[in-house]
Amino acid sequence: MMATQSNYEKYKSDGSYLGNTLEWFDARFPLTSIWRAHLSEYYAPKNFDFWYYFGSLALLVLVIQIATGIFLAMHYKPDAALNADGLPIAFASVSYIMNDVSWGWFIRYMHSTGATAFFVVVYLHMFRAMLYGSYRKPRELLWIFGVLIFLCLMAEAFMGYLLPWGQMSYWGAQVIVNLFGAIPIVGDPLTVWIRGDFVIGDAALNRFFALHVAAIPLVLVGLVAAHLLALHENGSLNPDGIEINKLKNEKGIPLDGIPFHPYYTVKDIVGVAVFLMIFFAVICFAPEGGGYLLEYNNFFPADPMKTPAHIAPVWYFTPFYSMLRAMVWDFFWLDAKFWGVVAMGGGVIILAFLPWLDRSPAYSIKYRGPIFKTLLTIFVIGFLILGYLGTKLPGYKFFGIGLLDGDVIAQIFTLYYFLFFLTMPVWSKMDKCKPVPERVTWK
Amino acid sequence: MSNQEKMSCERRRLIVATAAVGGVGAAAAAIPFVASMLPSERAKAAGAPVEADISQIEPGQMKTFEWRGKPVWILRRTQAMLDSLPTLDNDLADPASERSLQPAYCQNPHRSYKPEILVVIAICTHLGCSPTPKLKEGAEEGMTSDWKGGCFCPCHGSTFDFAGRVFKNKPAPTNLEIPPHRYLSDTRILIGEHQEA
Repeated sequence: MMATQSNYEKYKSDGSYLGNTLEWFDARFPLTSIWRAHLSEYYAPKNFDFWYYFGSLALLVLVIQIATGIFLAMHYKPDAALNADGLPIAFASVSYIMNDVSWGWFIRYMHSTGATAFFVVVYLHMFRAMLYGSYRKPRELLWIFGVLIFLCLMAEAFMGYLLPWGQMSYWGAQVIVNLFGAIPIVGDPLTVWIRGDFVIGDAALNRFFALHVAAIPLVLVGLVAAHLLALHENGSLNPDGIEINKLKNEKGIPLDGIPFHPYYTVKDIVGVAVFLMIFFAVICFAPEGGGYLLEYNNFFPADPMKTPAHIAPVWYFTPFYSMLRAMVWDFFWLDAKFWGVVAMGGGVIILAFLPWLDRSPAYSIKYRGPIFKTLLTIFVIGFLILGYLGTKLPGYKFFGIGLLDGDVIAQIFTLYYFLFFLTMPVWSKMDKCKPVPERVTWK
Repeated sequence: MSNQEKMSCERRRLIVATAAVGGVGAAAAAIPFVASMLPSERAKAAGAPVEADISQIEPGQMKTFEWRGKPVWILRRTQAMLDSLPTLDNDLADPASERSLQPAYCQNPHRSYKPEILVVIAICTHLGCSPTPKLKEGAEEGMTSDWKGGCFCPCHGSTFDFAGRVFKNKPAPTNLEIPPHRYLSDTRILIGEHQEA
């Protein structure tokens, strides 16, 4: 009976010093069996392409953020009171990290650039799922864990952004917390509860710090574990969007599968090397990213009396921010403010329903028809334009041409964004798909 | 005992009852933690009235005061500014301030106790940014050429007239809030306390 065999019986030492040590561990902890189940005997499709780098890179960035975050927390002080120089203590402690702590600037830029890198790789990772249908049955739960990770990341980024206590920190937090005020009846008491005060102040700064460094990272790590476990239950899909587990050899190994380790660990190292080159180039040569990674107005301490003339969220929130701004009409008995919040929140939440909205017989874009390809292209362009417009002031005109009114264009693409998803059950079924092959293909 | 063996109804009831009591206990345990996030006694005690000296404010000028951590503007309006108000009624979302917040003594066409002195909380009713004053008529301060003067919220583009009334089809739902205030003398206003009737 194989199934009842204990690890002690299964993994015997070869008599070497190392083998004896391993045997000692295996009798007490499922070390070898975890290694085999999740790495050396975990079979992944052999046709992974460029798009499959971003999952492991997201994991790498998570580690970077946790590591740099711990060291920043050693020097940072979440305190809105003014110091002897009249600067808020929190703001001054970030200057202190930048100027006086050895390598402090480097660790802080790793953390601030890491936030941007996180969203870059996660957006690309999500787009990969849309290209190849990675969220389709039986990977719906895997996708939902992913959407929850995305939500957690947004919360983490938002709360972390308050900590430097600059002008953008302050007014960004003011706007986002007030979003909850749009909820009928409970809205206003809810915002007071979130802030712990009637305005954004010391109470909000302290609790955002607690949530940013302890609560949300714990949830995030838990969700990442759940995401990986759900992934390993059915294995990755692949650019052909077909299951490799259907065709196995006599040993039960998928014909089109290769062990994750060493094949994909080595492939991912290439991705990591390229990623780190870009990452450290940004840190060393363009840490502020032209005002997109660190906004200029955040170099001024928080002033509750004055909103900066140009306020916009950091780039990774701007597509959803554009959706918020696009809603300027009152519907039913609820005012535009509420619908703006619904659009912004709904824009993220609707992603969770993707596995059930998509009814295409083929999973991968390789075998899907012209309707999907066209609509997805417009979707991507629309999302990028929404993101660009979110960095601009309301009333922005493309090339200064009155006809290309940014506000109207944002409304059109917001409508498109939602229609893309809501009408998907219809057009994804109508689309002319090509026949899907039995085995994976590669060049 | 095998898993297939049927559990007696009594035992099942006991298990359900125990789980229910435990669930109530767990929910009750959340109360202190949730309550600890509400404004503390110290935060609630803050927010004393603030005295504002308006003697230095010339007609057409405004000054910012801090009350409860929020900016309060006091604007001494010119006759031309006041005259522009009734002409805008058709373009406003709430011209008579029926849905907006203001003390009863300010619910009038000019939204103030004394017609020329506007006391207003400079926090947009949309998402809480502080609007930028755009007091000059026309396109001079980056507004449209038909702009009659008022203020502009940089966050989401809401516009307000010289009485803090919001224009139609903008994200802000209501007019800017008028705080309770009381004239101590012709030149001094106490923000945070109501005018006596």
